[in-house]
Amino acid sequence: MSNNPQLNKNGDLEHLLTTEGLPAPILLNILDTAKSFVGVTERDVKKVPLLRGKSIFNLFFEPSTRTRTTFEIAAKRLSADVVNLNISASSQSKGETLLDTVNNLSAMHADMFVVRHSQSGAAHLIARHARPDIHVINAGDGRHAHPTQGLLDVFTIRHYKRDFRNLRVAIVGDILHSRVARSQIHALTTLGVPEVRVIAPKTLLPSKVERLGVHVYHEMRQGLKDVDVLMMLRLQNERMLNARLPSTEEYFKYYGLTQEKLSLARPDAIVLHPGPMNRGVEIDSAVADGRQSVILPQVTFGIAVRMAVMSILAGN
Amino acid sequence: MELVIRNGRVIDPKNRIDAIMDVSISAGKIMALGAAPSGFHAQHQIEARDLVVAPGLVDLSARLREPGFEYKATLESEMRAAVAGGITSLACSPDTDPPLDEPGLVEMLKHRARNLNQAHVYPIGALTKGLKGEWLTEMAELRDAGCVAFGQADMPLPNTRVMMQAMQYASTFGFGVWLRPQDTTLADGGVAHDGEVATRLGLPAVPVCAETLALSNIILMARETGAKVHVCRISSAEGAAMIRAARRQGLPITCDVGANHIHLSEMDIGFFDSNCHLVPPLRAISDRDGLRGGLLDGTINAICSDHAPVDEDAKLLPFAEAESGATGLELLLPLTLKWAAETRIPLAAALAKITLEPARILGVDAGHLSPGAPADLCIFDPLQYWTVEPAVLKSQGKNTPFLGMELQGRVKYTVINGNIVHEDR
Repeated sequence: MSNNPQLNKNGDLEHLLTTEGLPAPILLNILDTAKSFVGVTERDVKKVPLLRGKSIFNLFFEPSTRTRTTFEIAAKRLSADVVNLNISASSQSKGETLLDTVNNLSAMHADMFVVRHSQSGAAHLIARHARPDIHVINAGDGRHAHPTQGLLDVFTIRHYKRDFRNLRVAIVGDILHSRVARSQIHALTTLGVPEVRVIAPKTLLPSKVERLGVHVYHEMRQGLKDVDVLMMLRLQNERMLNARLPSTEEYFKYYGLTQEKLSLARPDAIVLHPGPMNRGVEIDSAVADGRQSVILPQVTFGIAVRMAVMSILAGN
Repeated sequence: MELVIRNGRVIDPKNRIDAIMDVSISAGKIMALGAAPSGFHAQHQIEARDLVVAPGLVDLSARLREPGFEYKATLESEMRAAVAGGITSLACSPDTDPPLDEPGLVEMLKHRARNLNQAHVYPIGALTKGLKGEWLTEMAELRDAGCVAFGQADMPLPNTRVMMQAMQYASTFGFGVWLRPQDTTLADGGVAHDGEVATRLGLPAVPVCAETLALSNIILMARETGAKVHVCRISSAEGAAMIRAARRQGLPITCDVGANHIHLSEMDIGFFDSNCHLVPPLRAISDRDGLRGGLLDGTINAICSDHAPVDEDAKLLPFAEAESGATGLELLLPLTLKWAAETRIPLAAALAKITLEPARILGVDAGHLSPGAPADLCIFDPLQYWTVEPAVLKSQGKNTPFLGMELQGRVKYTVINGNIVHEDR
């Protein structure tokens, strides 16, 4: 395998494409930097001049309002100029190739690309072919990775649990199709979480998933026993169409998080969800809005984490 | 023209020859090995000291992209690539546009190929019209036009009744049926082996049972119909084991493997290297080892180039969207030699996998150096290293997983019907 395409020759972060293969000090540096930005987001004047004069292009080849908005807010709080491009609607439909689009935008003197694409590996491809001084942040590629989501999740865990090294973490739901789950798993294992569990029916687990360093559970009640952190995943409706699941009702009964199932975890366990939630499918409203839920703080921390990634990539 | 090849190490697996000797060629045929017959005076000679003189290579799986896909490659470019790779006979698959399902198309291809005066081209005819898996083609007519066997290339044949009847019809005339085993629905949308790497990279996967399930159908139907079945480009250890078992039970089934698959595994995809987007997918290391085992014990009869030249832009896409395939004609020999060196098998045994054995499967008089046989030869330097670079490759397809790598074994001369059609300067 070739060298890690995310790091430069000095081992510094050049692009953020995946949480896989990033050394723990780099992850911790992002988390520490993000911590310093949480204060900024809570101030009256929510702006620092770290990225003044820099241009950040949001290249969204797949529609997303939430993620794009959080990147936009993060960039603006760093005083960068932000250009939003919804590309699925424009050039791709005219037959321009992905790399043509990227080359054109490079010529407009972008400093950073934030990329969302429906295909696994798209961010790697862009990073490999973009002008060398452009930094690429993967905002989600196919089923592969969504590193800023994974990082904001571990940031949230650290905020509530302080130390990673004595935690049991369970990730519940559609691991097979989830870029969020993959990014969470790599971040958690790198940061020293001793036990990461995945809980799902066999149709929603990729083969050899245990090779990612996780313990596999099919029975949710067993899997939740004594865990400190529950990370729920969104269930897409099309999973019923291609015969991976019989119904949302049966899914909720066996893999949906209810108060009753949550009581099997440790009493101080926290519940995360990357959003948008399907209430009554993967999570019950009582849990989503309950005292153990940290779903809204996740969103707030998400902005600080994205600010941290951008400012580190820009060399601050 | 009379030609003598002097002082080379002549290796002919069929006649169990491996010795330094001369080869005399006259009127397009091998005249003698060893001392030249009295009265023989060659106008031309090749000095082959330190070179291996082998039968011309025979490749079972080349896509020449004509007609219909000339932007990917043309007959001219790929025939040049073939002889540069020492290949003197090749089977080309029917997945052109239109597919090779009518005698006229086959005749035109044969005619075009003959005019280029290079490698012998043996078309595999479409088993079903338009490769759609619904109607049988006029196989007997296609044979008369030049087809040597019939297959579906990589197109699905999901209707088992059509498959069974296609085998019955083909076996009526004794025609070979060439199939690559893949269950259409299980493989649907998949681009990588269903294993660790696809899981890590989030790539849609093709499970091994997509191959074994289809192979099981093929084996059972071959037994039932008595069809002469050749299994193309097997990719899994389990698949090789099934062929071995079927053969032990007396089924005359044959099988080949792509040269990439005996060296590479899913791991080589690395960070989404689209040059490793191949069909069938590169599988686990244990599969690669199983395929090597199958080659060694004869379960897998032949190694093929699995040549599929792809337009460069079609590879500059995210992995799953990138077109599958790799150029292969010029890599068949060095990749076979690399396998032989790594598994320490004799050169003659390795060369049999790309000469004698594939010629037997094709049913053509090639792949050996018996006196009187067509003078098709591949003369190569087994020690010379060369780097796989776009500028070096004659094929219009420049993509291969081995791009940038150094390989050993360089073709110096290719001789077809006694004419020197390629010389490496």
